Amino acid sequence: MSTMVDDPRLLQEQPGLAGFFTGLRRRVSQGELGVLPVVVGLLVICVIFQIANNNFLSARNLTNLVLQIAATGTIAVGVVLVLLLGEIDLSVGEVSGLCAAVMAVLNVNAGWPGPLAIAAGVLTGVGVGAVQGLWVTRFRVPSFVVTLAGLLAWQGLRLKVLGGTGTVNLTDATITDLANRFLPNWAGWLVGLLCVAAYLGNLAISRRRRMAAGLRTPSWGAFGGQIAIVVIAVLGAVAILNADRGVPLAVLFFLGFIVVFDLILRLTRFGRHTFAVGGNAEAARRAGISVDGIRLSVFILASALAACGGILAASRLLAVNQSSGGGDVLLNAIAAAVIGGTSLFGGRGSVWAALLGALVIGAISNGMDLLALASSVKFMITGGVLLLAVTIDAVSRRGREAAGRA
Amino acid sequence: MTQTDHAPVLQLQEISKRFGAVQALSRVDLDVAAGEVLGLVGDNGAGKSTVIKIISGIYQPDTGEIRFAGRPVAIHGPTDATALGISTVYQDLALCDNLDVVANLYLGREAVSLEGGPLTVLNEVSMEQRAIGVLRDLAVRIPSVRIPVASLSGGQRQSVAVARAVMWNSRVVLLDEPTAALGVAQTRQVLDLILRLKQQGLGVLVISHNLADVFEVCDRIHVLYLGRSVGTYDVKGASREQVVAAITGAEFAEEEADAAALAGAIEPSAQPGDAS
Repeated sequence: MSTMVDDPRLLQEQPGLAGFFTGLRRRVSQGELGVLPVVVGLLVICVIFQIANNNFLSARNLTNLVLQIAATGTIAVGVVLVLLLGEIDLSVGEVSGLCAAVMAVLNVNAGWPGPLAIAAGVLTGVGVGAVQGLWVTRFRVPSFVVTLAGLLAWQGLRLKVLGGTGTVNLTDATITDLANRFLPNWAGWLVGLLCVAAYLGNLAISRRRRMAAGLRTPSWGAFGGQIAIVVIAVLGAVAILNADRGVPLAVLFFLGFIVVFDLILRLTRFGRHTFAVGGNAEAARRAGISVDGIRLSVFILASALAACGGILAASRLLAVNQSSGGGDVLLNAIAAAVIGGTSLFGGRGSVWAALLGALVIGAISNGMDLLALASSVKFMITGGVLLLAVTIDAVSRRGREAAGRA
Repeated sequence: MTQTDHAPVLQLQEISKRFGAVQALSRVDLDVAAGEVLGLVGDNGAGKSTVIKIISGIYQPDTGEIRFAGRPVAIHGPTDATALGISTVYQDLALCDNLDVVANLYLGREAVSLEGGPLTVLNEVSMEQRAIGVLRDLAVRIPSVRIPVASLSGGQRQSVAVARAVMWNSRVVLLDEPTAALGVAQTRQVLDLILRLKQQGLGVLVISHNLADVFEVCDRIHVLYLGRSVGTYDVKGASREQVVAAITGAEFAEEEADAAALAGAIEPSAQPGDAS
């Protein structure tokens, strides 16, 4: 029921699947593409690689794929947060390596128990983020420069921490289990069903609250498309992973970070203020929001998430060495966030971009490995995909402007 | 000088402000009553923005007194002004384009359903309910309160900014060029909104360059010329030519007595070369 007279220009979504597709068509024609390009891109990539090598879509390879992206994806969640502010963090790759190194050295050389070493690694990330965030907010140095300096400095610190041999092998079960342990099939199903139940329950509760308050409430049918996608995606993923070794613990952590930060961004005051600062920092400041406080918190979160990603990567590699967190880790994390649809200009995006973008990057890399392509080709193709994704964003922005929705 | 029947809710008395070598305002007097729309006009550099910024607490006056509801008040910053019930809508509106209308109305004052430090959960239902109510009271028509402000027209954006300013127990609202850069229909929308604020008993101070708009919505027009108050005109008794003459300082070419007789409302404070 509606308490306001409907404006004839109001964009009403019709109920049911038909309405879902009408709305989709309108959004596409007006350039509000959302996640559509990346989902279509992902499907195209899957089809191409499956035709080239029919092992690509096997349960075993898909399980490998999600294990490969868990670390980069976790780092990308932090990158999304920073991009939402319209800032950038170029240090996340090196920070992930540094924190993994701290964890490894404390665990192996100093004999700290696994959980404590992991906590120390994450806290190192918090410290690094606080330093960089304070530098950005106190001295007004652009985050690009602060984190570029960080990229170099934290790399040096990591080499120092690792010391002489430069490689620390991990054997502690708590640490190695993170990326090498799989849930039994029944537990995987249980987690999947709980997720679906929580999602549906949340929809039902918020619907009832809105109806009780007399607000306009879409019918269940209007959610049809969305519900179908969520249920198929969750249960389908569990089925595929169970067909191989089960749901990996690392993937559970990665998805857990995404769900938690998605809820924080959408439901909490902190999330609202983060979007506000990214959309119009001056307006946020005038509204009494502590802009510097938000910036500092986000840089801390980004570095802490980078630490978590670094620890997952170390667990998968069973070691931390001189190249941990270096190379293309940073570029892949930023590319994942951007390919997933996070705007580089701040204020637009969602942490789900980290999952979708990481899947695209991971699928390309994994597929080309299956085809045994040279890394020269891999780099060029990945670069091309990144450029394509940003171009789609730029072109669709023109469409939004034409439709008056920029 | 025409006074409204109401007692003034906001009064500026002999306000002066100097920036280095520039005397931005000298002994400006003006008052706004509840349920009244006062137009503040003047050429570029006449001091209109300085007046607004002094009332909203961004600048402190060098001398002079501000009285609010009859009491002298000190406005040391924007929060003091807001606490008194004075809200300001600047020309740039200060909206977050990426957030929806509800989020913008409540920016910085979100309704909360679960207090939890940094993880305080927003109460979207109560915010949306009240947002719809506020917009309906002001007869602001927008497609939906859940679309990003970026999708709204200029007039709708202005209306949202005004609604945000007045929804927190405001008694006086300052509007800086509310109709600049708006089309005909959208200007109409904003002027109607100003009249609705007046009906609701708010004192409204409108800065505008557009005399047609000023004559349409204002009860009185206060003219500034080079930082001085040169007169307050009742729109019913004044012609547009008189106001234009006051804005451009043309009347100083004439005998002051003639000008006063012509306008019937000019305060004798303006003497060229009268440095304060």
